Amino acid sequence: MATDNAPFVRLAGIRKSFGAVQALAGVDLSIPAGRMVSVVGHNGAGKSTLMQVLAGTLAADGGEIRIGGVERRAGYDVHAAQALGIRCVFQELSLCPNLSVVENTRVVHPGLGGFGWRRRCRALIVEALEAIFPGHGIDPDRTAGELAIGQRQMVETARAFTEAGTKVRLVILDEPTASLDADAASHLLRFTGAARAKGIALVFISHRLPEILGHADEVVVMRDGEVAGGGAARDFTEERLVELMGVVREAASEGGRAEASVGALRVEEAGTAGGRLPLRLHAGEIVGLGGLAGHGQRAVLQAVFAAAHGREGHWRVRGSVAYVSGDRQSEGIFPLWSVGLNTTVSRLRALAHAGIISLWSERTLAEEWRRRLEIRTPGIDRPISSLSGGNQQKVLLARALASAADTILFDDPLRGVDVGTKRELYRHVAEAARAGKAFLWHTTENIELENCDRIYVFHRGTITDEIPRAELSEERLIRASFATGMSGATGMSGAPGMSGAR
Amino acid sequence: MRERIATALESRPWIWSFAAALLVWIAIAASVAGHGAMATIAVALQFATFFAIVGIGQMLVIAAGPGNIDLSIPGVMTIAGYLAMGLMAGANSGLVPGLLVGLGVGFAAGVFNIVLIDALRIPPMIGTLASGFVFQSMAIAYSRHSHAKPAPLLVDFVSARLLGIPLIALVFMALTVLAAFLLRRSLFGRSVLAIGQNREAARLAGLAVRPTLALVYLASGILAALAGILLSAYSGGAALNMGEDYLLMSIAVVVLGGTSIAGGQASPAGLWGAAILLDLVVTMLNVLGVGAGLRFVVTGIIIIGVLALARGPEARY
Repeated sequence: MATDNAPFVRLAGIRKSFGAVQALAGVDLSIPAGRMVSVVGHNGAGKSTLMQVLAGTLAADGGEIRIGGVERRAGYDVHAAQALGIRCVFQELSLCPNLSVVENTRVVHPGLGGFGWRRRCRALIVEALEAIFPGHGIDPDRTAGELAIGQRQMVETARAFTEAGTKVRLVILDEPTASLDADAASHLLRFTGAARAKGIALVFISHRLPEILGHADEVVVMRDGEVAGGGAARDFTEERLVELMGVVREAASEGGRAEASVGALRVEEAGTAGGRLPLRLHAGEIVGLGGLAGHGQRAVLQAVFAAAHGREGHWRVRGSVAYVSGDRQSEGIFPLWSVGLNTTVSRLRALAHAGIISLWSERTLAEEWRRRLEIRTPGIDRPISSLSGGNQQKVLLARALASAADTILFDDPLRGVDVGTKRELYRHVAEAARAGKAFLWHTTENIELENCDRIYVFHRGTITDEIPRAELSEERLIRASFATGMSGATGMSGAPGMSGAR
Repeated sequence: MRERIATALESRPWIWSFAAALLVWIAIAASVAGHGAMATIAVALQFATFFAIVGIGQMLVIAAGPGNIDLSIPGVMTIAGYLAMGLMAGANSGLVPGLLVGLGVGFAAGVFNIVLIDALRIPPMIGTLASGFVFQSMAIAYSRHSHAKPAPLLVDFVSARLLGIPLIALVFMALTVLAAFLLRRSLFGRSVLAIGQNREAARLAGLAVRPTLALVYLASGILAALAGILLSAYSGGAALNMGEDYLLMSIAVVVLGGTSIAGGQASPAGLWGAAILLDLVVTMLNVLGVGAGLRFVVTGIIIIGVLALARGPEARY
């Protein structure tokens, strides 16, 4: 049993290598019961590896794992961790898409079998969802695949807090708010307080620094597989965290893009449905699609993409279009291919003569974009799966830029990408826009909208405001997101209401 | 060093089928004390060619991703064989019309499958199974008044040898090399492999998903028809059960050859290793005087053995 002087988890000198790469070089970590410890760091700093060791999904090469005051030796695995009440909500969503929410709950509770398990599971998951995300609007009988990504994240999170048999002692939240809109994220953060009051320890991993500083009790900063610093969250500032992570944040004024020189019209709605502000995009422009997640921004991107390929009449699109999704596992990468093949796949038509691709031109193109976007890989022949998530996302951006498309559609492409990589990519986007490309950029992170020239704010599938960057403010954005003062502003629950979003 | 070997094997999944074929051949050669061991190879190549022809089509279909499979191959082979033989009627003057109509049937079968899969959204496994029944039934109806022989020129072609090696084996090895080249270097091949790995990502990357899928089913239909015509010519006429073995064998040669059943990766060279292996196994069991029942058991065990070796303990599928 954990007592006040022995933390629930104490890791000491944890080491883990993958081949020649040392992911963890002797990491110490203490997690007291009833406290929330935030682990921050770049992609590739070792956070995920450390969490996998803690969750028992990876065996450490060396070091000591003490849980509940008892040393856990060889044989510490997922089952042992689960029996000790350790739960994970991982970044790569783990729900079975063909099973209902209720059935997905049953999957993690082997003890819940027997007659009437459906009823018991439903009660468990509904209770957890209500407690964490009041007014979530998720039907527990829908299959996970039918839910929007934000809803799936909610189910995944709620499921980790359901109890059947074993008590929940520690929950690892890896980027739990990345797919949630602001409202659902704040519900979750509020709930972490209630969980802590019940004595549950939490590990909170996020790239949103204000969330960490505002809600965590303690912060541990990781860099290159080691702990670079840590302490009480109240003693830290964003600048200090960023400094420890090894990212030098450029002055905020750096983002001061010159007024876009507006070029030819690239995208417009053919016939504007009543009451909706018309969406227009010109060459050289970066246009943001803001608002709560799942309110129709994605539907617009998909429709524009379809229109560019002649399968949709509602939009007029001039020039070619490329699409970059933030859901890289299911909509982005080709997992069996190298970095190079993944980069050039949208450009093959131009690289081919009489249908046969010139390998030399292809290599040259892939090398060029690896250099320009500073993709960190020993060579373009390495498998895409050997790259960190942030670098894979860079490859997807490189694919879109290399495709020579006139318009690039961004579907929240930087979700879960570390701060340093994000800043690099912002720079590349601005550069490409100066060269005449047009961007339609949906993001769930409001701060990202500062990179846009204009922002359309969505609420329930319609555009409720058009904000030039000079007039962008958090307050105006939130007002438009919730359509305050407009009809239909009743569903402020944070439940994505746009059915066409998926 | 061990890692180097492991990577080399991983990037050459066709090696296992050739290694297994070699082992079986050595076993045969040993049991007949070397007499006629080379002739065994030549005969194996002859029959392996028919497996490899349908295998190329099935491989393209399977490489195009989960759920894609062509079960209409036996039906297409049979109807194409009957119609082509009917038009040839044992005369060289019927050769060109026979070939054209036979291949045309393969083309039409491909189109029919595409309509079922793409327009009617029927899962390929069901759609092609059903269309295969339709083609087979048509062959049955047609066969009632047809016992036609192939054109002599075609017979000469399918039984010709070059330096002891069956000519059609050489011709279709060249076609296999072409298929391998196209998979690696053509827009079509890249599209097939991309769609096979991640269909949604391929669509969003701007690849022509539906036309590409249509092309692989078309290719499979035409190749099945070609195999049906050539096999009929080799056997001196079409037969209603001539496609029977090819339903599962077309899939077995693809998978044994190292193509991933999960899609996105193809191993054209392996088709030959696997086709020769499957043929040699039958020869070996015949030489050893093993009965028909046991023969299936042993064939099954060999397929499982090669797959277990090639996939390794850590593979996902």
